[in-house]
Parts: sequence; C-alpha cells; structure tokens
Amino acid sequence: MKKWLLASAASLLATGAVQAEDAKIGVIVGFTGPIESLAPAMAASAELALSEVNDSGEFLEGVTLVPVRADSTCIDAAAATAAAERLVTTDGVVAIMGADCSGVTGAVLSNVAMPNGVPMVSPSATSPALSSVEDNGLFFRTAPSDARQGEVLADILTERGITSVAVTYTNNDYGKGFADSFDAAFQAVGGSITLTAPHEDGKGDYSAEIGALASAGGEVLVVLGYSDAGGKGIIQAALDSGAFDTFAMGDGMYSDALLADLGNDIDGSFGSIPWAEGDGATAFSELATAAGVTAESSYTRESYDAAALIALAMMKGGEPSSAAVAANLLDVANAPGEPILPGELGKAMEIIADGGEVDYVGATNVELVGAGEAAGSYRYYEIKDGAFSTVSFK
Amino acid sequence: MDLLNALVALANFVLIPALAYGSQLALGALGVTLIYAILRFSNFAHGDTMAIGTMVTIFVTWGLQALGIGLGPLPTALLAIPFGILGAAALLLLTDRMVYRFYRAQKAKPVILVIVSMGVMFVYNGITRFIIGPDDQSFADGERFLISARDFKAWSGLDEGLALKSTQAITVVVAVLVVALLFWFLNHTRTGKSMRAYSDNEELALLSGINPETVVRVTWVIVAALAVVAGTLYGLDKSYKPFTYFQLLLPIFASAIVGGIGSPVGAIAGGFVIAFSEVLFTYAWKKVLGYLLPASLAPDGLVQLMGTDYKFAVSFVILIIVLLFRPTGLFRGKSI
Repeated sequence: MKKWLLASAASLLATGAVQAEDAKIGVIVGFTGPIESLAPAMAASAELALSEVNDSGEFLEGVTLVPVRADSTCIDAAAATAAAERLVTTDGVVAIMGADCSGVTGAVLSNVAMPNGVPMVSPSATSPALSSVEDNGLFFRTAPSDARQGEVLADILTERGITSVAVTYTNNDYGKGFADSFDAAFQAVGGSITLTAPHEDGKGDYSAEIGALASAGGEVLVVLGYSDAGGKGIIQAALDSGAFDTFAMGDGMYSDALLADLGNDIDGSFGSIPWAEGDGATAFSELATAAGVTAESSYTRESYDAAALIALAMMKGGEPSSAAVAANLLDVANAPGEPILPGELGKAMEIIADGGEVDYVGATNVELVGAGEAAGSYRYYEIKDGAFSTVSFK
Repeated sequence: MDLLNALVALANFVLIPALAYGSQLALGALGVTLIYAILRFSNFAHGDTMAIGTMVTIFVTWGLQALGIGLGPLPTALLAIPFGILGAAALLLLTDRMVYRFYRAQKAKPVILVIVSMGVMFVYNGITRFIIGPDDQSFADGERFLISARDFKAWSGLDEGLALKSTQAITVVVAVLVVALLFWFLNHTRTGKSMRAYSDNEELALLSGINPETVVRVTWVIVAALAVVAGTLYGLDKSYKPFTYFQLLLPIFASAIVGGIGSPVGAIAGGFVIAFSEVLFTYAWKKVLGYLLPASLAPDGLVQLMGTDYKFAVSFVILIIVLLFRPTGLFRGKSI
C-alpha cells in the first residue's frame, strides 16, 4: 500500500512536471437569459481566438490557454457575481472575457474583478456609465459606448428628415444609458421626443406600452431593446395594432431571427449597429466559417478581439498573469506597431517574442480610447425585402 | 365621428389586447388554482408545464405543416393541441408518480411541496431548452388578421385603425369554450363532483369511497389540458420563447390570488382584473381626449396617470389591497 501510494505520488509529480502550464481565461456571457441566443456564438468566437493562439505554438514557452465558461445571465447581477467569483476563486482564471450585458458587467467588475485584481475585457457592455466607473485600470471593452451610438442614431434620423419620434428602451443599464444619450443627441439637433417609455424584457404582454406610445405619437418608434426579448414583443405589438409601421433600432435589435419572424412587415425600418468592414472583418468571417462558428451574429467579432487582446497582452508582459494583461492591453491594442488581423495571432506572437511592437486591428478595427474602450464604427442599415442592407458606415 | 375615433382608439389599444391577455392569464390561473384546491400547494412549475406542452404542440404543428395538413384560415396549431395535451399529461403524471406522490404519502407540508415544485420547474426549464432551445419559435399560420388596422381605416374612413388579430379572437373563443367545459365537468359529472368533494374535505371524501389517486390523476390531466391550451394560445398570439413562459408565472399567480386561490371563478376574474389594470392605469389618454374634447380643451401633455414602468406595480398594489381587505380573494378562495 505504502509503495503504491509513493508510486502514484511520484507519477503525479512527474506528470505535473511534464504537463505544460495552463492559463485559464474566464468566458462569462449570458448562456441563459435575454441574450441567450447570441451567447453561444460569442463564446465560440472568443474560444476560437484562444485556440488559434494555442495552435500557433508561439505562446509563452508552451503555456496553454484554457477557456472556462460561466453564465452571466445578462440580467441577474447576483448570479453573474457568483459565477465570476467561482471563476476567480475555484478555477483560478487570470483574466475574464466578459461579461456581456452592461448591468452584470458593472456588478462583476466591482464585486469580483477589482477585489481580486483580475482584468476584464467585455465584448458587448455598451453602457455609457461604464466609461467613468472606477476600475483600477482593470476594465476594457471592445464595444463602443452607447453615448456614441446615441449620436449616430440621431444623425441617421436627421438624415432621413424625421423630426418627431417616440422612444422605448429596455429597462436596464444598457437601455437607460442608450436612451439618455439618444434623447440628448436628438434634441440637440432639434428633434422632438413625444414619449420615452421603458419596457421590461421577457414579459408576457406589451399592450400597455404600445397604448401609451401610440397615444403620444411620432413618425417612427425608436426601439432600444433586445431582439430576443422585449424589443421584438414591442415591435410585434406595434405592428399588430397599427400603432407604428417604421422602427429605428439600436444594436440590440439586430438579429436574423427578427427578420425571420417579422420579415416583410418591417421593411423600411432602419438602425445602427457597431460594425467593422474591411480586411479584418473579412478575415474573421473566413476564420469563423472554417471553424463552424456563426460569424454574422452580434458581437462575435468583439468577442474574438477581446480574447485575442488578452492573449497578446500576456505575451507582451511575458507571463500569463492578471498584472501582465492589465498593464499591456492598451499597448498591444493601439499603434504603433505591425497591424494584426484575425488569423495572424501566431505572427503577432513571433513579433512580440522578437521584441517588436504590434497594433492589434482584429475583426473590428480595434482602437481603444479613453479608459480603454473601443472608438467604434457603426453600420447604418435599412431593412429591404426582408433583409438587412447597408446604407453607409458612420 | 370624433366619438367613434375615440372609441376605436380605445378598443384597439386597450379593450382588445387586454381581453386577449386576460383570457390567457385566466386559463393559466385556472390551472394553478385547481392544483391548489385539490393537491393543496402552489405549483411553481406551471409556467414551464405550459412551455413543455406548447413545445410538443409546436413539433406536431411543424409535422402537420410539412404534411400539408392545415385548417385553412385557422392556425394548424389548433389541430396539434390534443397531442400537446397528451404529452404534457404524460409528463405531469410521470412527475406525480416520481416526485409528488412520495411527498403526498409523507403528508408533507404545503410549503415543502412548493419548494419541490420549484425543483420540478428547473428540471422542466432545462428539458425545454435541451429539446427546442432557448430561441423564439414561430409556428403560427393561417390568416393573421380578422380586421387589420389599414383595412379598417380604408373601410370606415376613420382616422383611427382597429386591428383584430385572428389569434385574439380565437383566444377569447377557445377560453370561453374551455372554461364552460371545465365548469360543466366539475358540476355535472361524477368525477368532477368527487374532485370538488376531495377539495372540500379530504377525510370525508375518503370515507365516502372516493379514490384519492384517481382524483389526483384526473386533476393533473385537466391541468395539462389547461396549461397547453393557455400556452399555445399565448404562443400563437405573441411568440413562443421558454423564458417568457417562465416569466408568465408571476402575473398568473397574481391573477389566481386576486381572484381567490382555489376558486375557479376567481381565477378567471383575477386574470381579467390583472390584464385590464396593467393597461388601463398606464394608458396615455391624450389621443382619446383629443377626440372627445373641443380643440381648445385638448390636452398638450400625455394625460397619463402613471408611466408604463409602473404597470407591474399596479397589479401588485391591487394584490396587496385585496389581501389586506379580503385575504381570501375576490371570490372567497382558501385563505393562505
């Protein structure tokens, strides 16, 4: 027995020595909840970047990046905090790709990331409030703040000659922040807002909201919600009752499911979504399609970029640690340096290993400004014949 | 003319939607209330029973659609409802056999059964997501509108449109039929009477030779039928998404409690009270008053009693008032 114990202990030690070191990266997105249909593609995109880094064989002396998934639920701050706590304390992740929705992201940041010194890179939290939140230099996002998107949407409406709108937003940090920035921007260019009414997600019935919005009137209804949840319910109810025919939509409303369900009924509606065009976006689509990941879903590009940035920052810092990520992330994301597209992570590793500089461009033309958030470019789309068609980029 | 416009606007945005939503809530609340009356616990798994039953209905609907079998202008899902009911009934009976019967034999306290039903709720929740996924599913077909807003405007020459979706009409008609059938069953059949006897006094019912297991089984089957009908009508009228069904639990329980939990009439009344209060108290009267009042008096503001954010608060305030002044609910259900 004693011999056997000794033997197994020895073999354990041996395998420990032979096995490469693992660095765990938390992937925390809302696998359940209002954006549960977007989450799988987001997580898969982030993991795509990590496996690309691993496969390149250039990463930090054979350290392997291991993604660990957790559910942010998108709306339940307590559940998200518990999930992130588990990631940090039990799984020992060194950095977090996530969280997704703005409310839970703020909660995870202040309750888990800051006390433990773990950096977070959110691919999709767009609330303006997160720009000024206290973060000890640990919070980054590859999605732009909605303060910017509010201006873009107001611009689009002005371009179309629309001067009076009713607004409905999803009642959370994202929706409220977006609605506030849109209201301010639209009124600044002389537009009038007849009513700004929040709606709750996942509720059974939106007759009350539509009744009030229809009574207030307006040329179009601005919907700043989620396509999976209340936003779609609102549009459906507005169409059914004939309250509004045309909708101006925020980024959360962009989804193929919306078109499949409503189709030609919303022809002529339009909206904005953070979007990247150019080589990076194309490279990402090819990469994702080859790996069987839905590239065209929302925030897949940002998720890939978030995970890639974490890996590059570790490489730059020379160790797979939280401190290395926090200290070097801005450095690898911005100029100067060799531009890096999706699929070129191996090349980037080599450049860094040789002491060179990289400027990660990624799938979304990453340029982190301010406290570490994406500057953002937006696609202005219109729905024609039941499909999204691009009008311009802003 | 203005008076007509005002009436049409009110009907379009308040009366019709609230009537349809109220019917859906009433059917849901009937299921909850029956379980409470006969099995003596609040079944938190009811929303997810609706989701699972509707899921079966959807699969059968898709199958029928693929085979080209339909009902013409009516949604095919109506044909598939019996299959959904069979599926849900089988599941509920299995759950009862495996879970609830154990606690019944132990004479567990209602509060324990409530927690048990929560566990069942999470399991159902998971099963639905495993099989059909978390996404929205559409399975409605047939004519979408009986009257569409645009056609109505052209026909009547009024400024306001009136929309009546076929699903809204079907919802109300089916709800009336189902409720009538249920009441006939409870009041005029032997099994229905034994269920009421069991609900009134368990010991006395046992002494008079009623088999409790039969009563329980029949109850589950009826509950399955109510849940699937409610779930399918709701899915046809709005959309099918498992998460929404889970969330429906709250207004359904509010309806059952306002009406008096354990009382079938109360469940129906409660459903309509909740649905109408959500819409009426938060409606912006600007448009309606604009038609009714002379131009000089027409309001500039929205004339909204409170913002739509408060619509849930309204139903809960009603709930609290009812519980304070009439703890047994509007129709004297069992006091909790």
